[in-house]
Amino acid sequence: MNKELKIFGVVAFFTLFLYWGVEPYAHSQMHKHVEGHNFVYDGTADIEEAEAKLATAKESGVKVEKAEATAKAKKEFWASVNKISKLKGNATAGEAGFAMCAGCHMDGAMNMGGVIPPSLEHAGSLYEKNYLIALIKNPAMASNVDHKYADTSMHPMGSISSMITTDQDIANVVAYLQAKKSGELTTKEAFTDACGRCHAMRYAKTSQLGDTPKFKYKKDELKHQVKVLEEQDLVKAYMGKLPPDLSIIIRARGEHFLETFVENPQSQLAGTSMPRTGLSQEGYEKVKEYLTEVGDPSKPHREAVGPWVILFFIIFTGLAFLWKKEKWHGHH
Amino acid sequence: MAHFEKAKSLNEWMDQRLAVNTIKRVMQTEYWIPKDINFLWAMGMVLAATFGILLISGIFLLMYYKPDVNLAFDSVNYTIMSEVGFGWLWRHIHGVAASLVFLIIYIHMFTGIYYGSYKKGRELIWLSGMLLFVTFSAEAFSGYMLPWGQMSYWAGMVITNLFSGGSLEAYGLVEWIRGDYVPGDAFLTRFFMLHVLLLPLAIIGLIVLHFGTLRLPHVNNQEGAEIDFEEAAELYKNGNHKEAKVIPFSPVFLSKDIFVMGIYFILFFYLVFYHFEFAMDPVNFDPADGLKTPAHIYPEWYFLWSYEILRPFSKDLGLVAFAIAQVIFFSLPFLDRSPNVAPANRRGLFHFWFWLMLVDMLVLTFMGKLPPTDALFANIGLVAALTFFALWVALPIITKLEKKL
Repeated sequence: MNKELKIFGVVAFFTLFLYWGVEPYAHSQMHKHVEGHNFVYDGTADIEEAEAKLATAKESGVKVEKAEATAKAKKEFWASVNKISKLKGNATAGEAGFAMCAGCHMDGAMNMGGVIPPSLEHAGSLYEKNYLIALIKNPAMASNVDHKYADTSMHPMGSISSMITTDQDIANVVAYLQAKKSGELTTKEAFTDACGRCHAMRYAKTSQLGDTPKFKYKKDELKHQVKVLEEQDLVKAYMGKLPPDLSIIIRARGEHFLETFVENPQSQLAGTSMPRTGLSQEGYEKVKEYLTEVGDPSKPHREAVGPWVILFFIIFTGLAFLWKKEKWHGHH
Repeated sequence: MAHFEKAKSLNEWMDQRLAVNTIKRVMQTEYWIPKDINFLWAMGMVLAATFGILLISGIFLLMYYKPDVNLAFDSVNYTIMSEVGFGWLWRHIHGVAASLVFLIIYIHMFTGIYYGSYKKGRELIWLSGMLLFVTFSAEAFSGYMLPWGQMSYWAGMVITNLFSGGSLEAYGLVEWIRGDYVPGDAFLTRFFMLHVLLLPLAIIGLIVLHFGTLRLPHVNNQEGAEIDFEEAAELYKNGNHKEAKVIPFSPVFLSKDIFVMGIYFILFFYLVFYHFEFAMDPVNFDPADGLKTPAHIYPEWYFLWSYEILRPFSKDLGLVAFAIAQVIFFSLPFLDRSPNVAPANRRGLFHFWFWLMLVDMLVLTFMGKLPPTDALFANIGLVAALTFFALWVALPIITKLEKKL
């Protein structure tokens, strides 16, 4: 018996060592570690990123001036965002400013400059405060995709700076969003508002145009498919490629990757055209929950069935042990 | 026709027509197993049970899987995972079992090596077991293609490319294997056929052969002692259970097997319900895309050691090394020149050989998954690969020098 346990110990040790080597250790070496910032957007990550780029540029001596200018612009931009963040916004005054937003951000909006303007119904809770301020101030900088617009087109929301001009106006609009547009939202709404205009989710039967309706006639279905394809072409032209379907992204990426990627896409995929969406911690949890519901629907079933199956085998093993004892009786 | 008496019971009726009592005696109650064994002797039945689980879960999955490049991914990830009742359970069982079956195979193999269960008289047990290992490997690889995710596609690309033979540039052969220039529909459907028909048939046949090869030389025991099985069986049958060195396969040996299986199943289902991700690579949850190579391509853990033997060398040398590594274990009974049948700890230098080989294969396995762009990992991998071959060269020498026990 003692000998058996000793042998079991050796087998268990090598098995666990093997597991450690090919799973936790290998993965810690394969993927770079990115520091998360708890979905708070104060520019720390962006400034660090720009300074790292500046250091590499200085080392190679290529495009140093451009890197210097970017780093300086980032610092100035986020300093002003943090300044506005400290102003006390007036929600009532902000309502008037918000009317300008609602001109584009409305139900049934059409694609504008590459993407359909998102609903702002829950913007106050879905997105973080600093991010909202930054977005109104300078959308490309806020989303950390300014490199995309450096010398070509303008951000589709670029005209905002000519509509909401002063720092106090920005603070007012954000105060309005936080006071009036931050009701409870479902996990699905969170996904649709924050991700759904670029990413389809075919396992949930949604496309860039929202839920796919049921059609009575084939020709109506085909017409809808053409509309989806046309919308996807616009997104593709704007983003460079069609953003991936997110049906089972929850199983295709690790938790840490998803979290840091959503917080700041550039941190995991430098140069990507995906903008930072500015989700708050609460907003991200909702989105993640929806991705899990669709991409890993068996989770509640696993949790319900698992303990019983394991209990069964514990009892099975106990009975098997008694049977073994009986059969081996008198053999030693 | 032979004369048949009227049977008094169902058992007698069956016995008259199928000799069930004889079969039961020969296969179970008078199939003698040595008594001096430990739980590692149960690994054979644990493997048989795991294969059974793979077969049953596979049949359920087969009812919904669609072998078509446009449908395969969603049939696995959507239909089976969300629409089929308990489809997720069958898939997770199948995935976890496919990984664990290799863990048990390796334990079973190293048990055989440690106790010298491949020596004179038992060569065919070892060889048929190795054939099973190779067939299981092919079965695992072909199954890995079926979800048609990124890893399916790119692993299929890399492994079939090996058949170009390096500088031989036999691309015609690669195309013939794929049925296309790149992995596509023809590739998927033929690997589907291999996975669900030809290879399982071969495995079942080989399992029968493997059991058959055990019959005459008998199962080994912890001390490698030679046993007069007829004498021991007589002793046992006369009720002398304590003195007899043997036990009947059923029910005595089997009762312990089932207890060990119980413990194994607790671990198995813990993994199925709470820790299945280790057996299902996240990269394979991205659909196959021939225009987007994943950052890291690596095989499942059980192929990593041989993959690492391929990697550190130049193209042609690597292929040769890889090919040798695939078949070298077949030669174990012939390269081990010592007549001793004994556990490794009583065999002098072979004791070191055993543990070195085990640790070296673990090191190869670890390095096989780590990015080779890191110079340290690449160098460790190279040393481990060279050690692997050095050990095989040393084997006949050290076993020749071994003292006869």
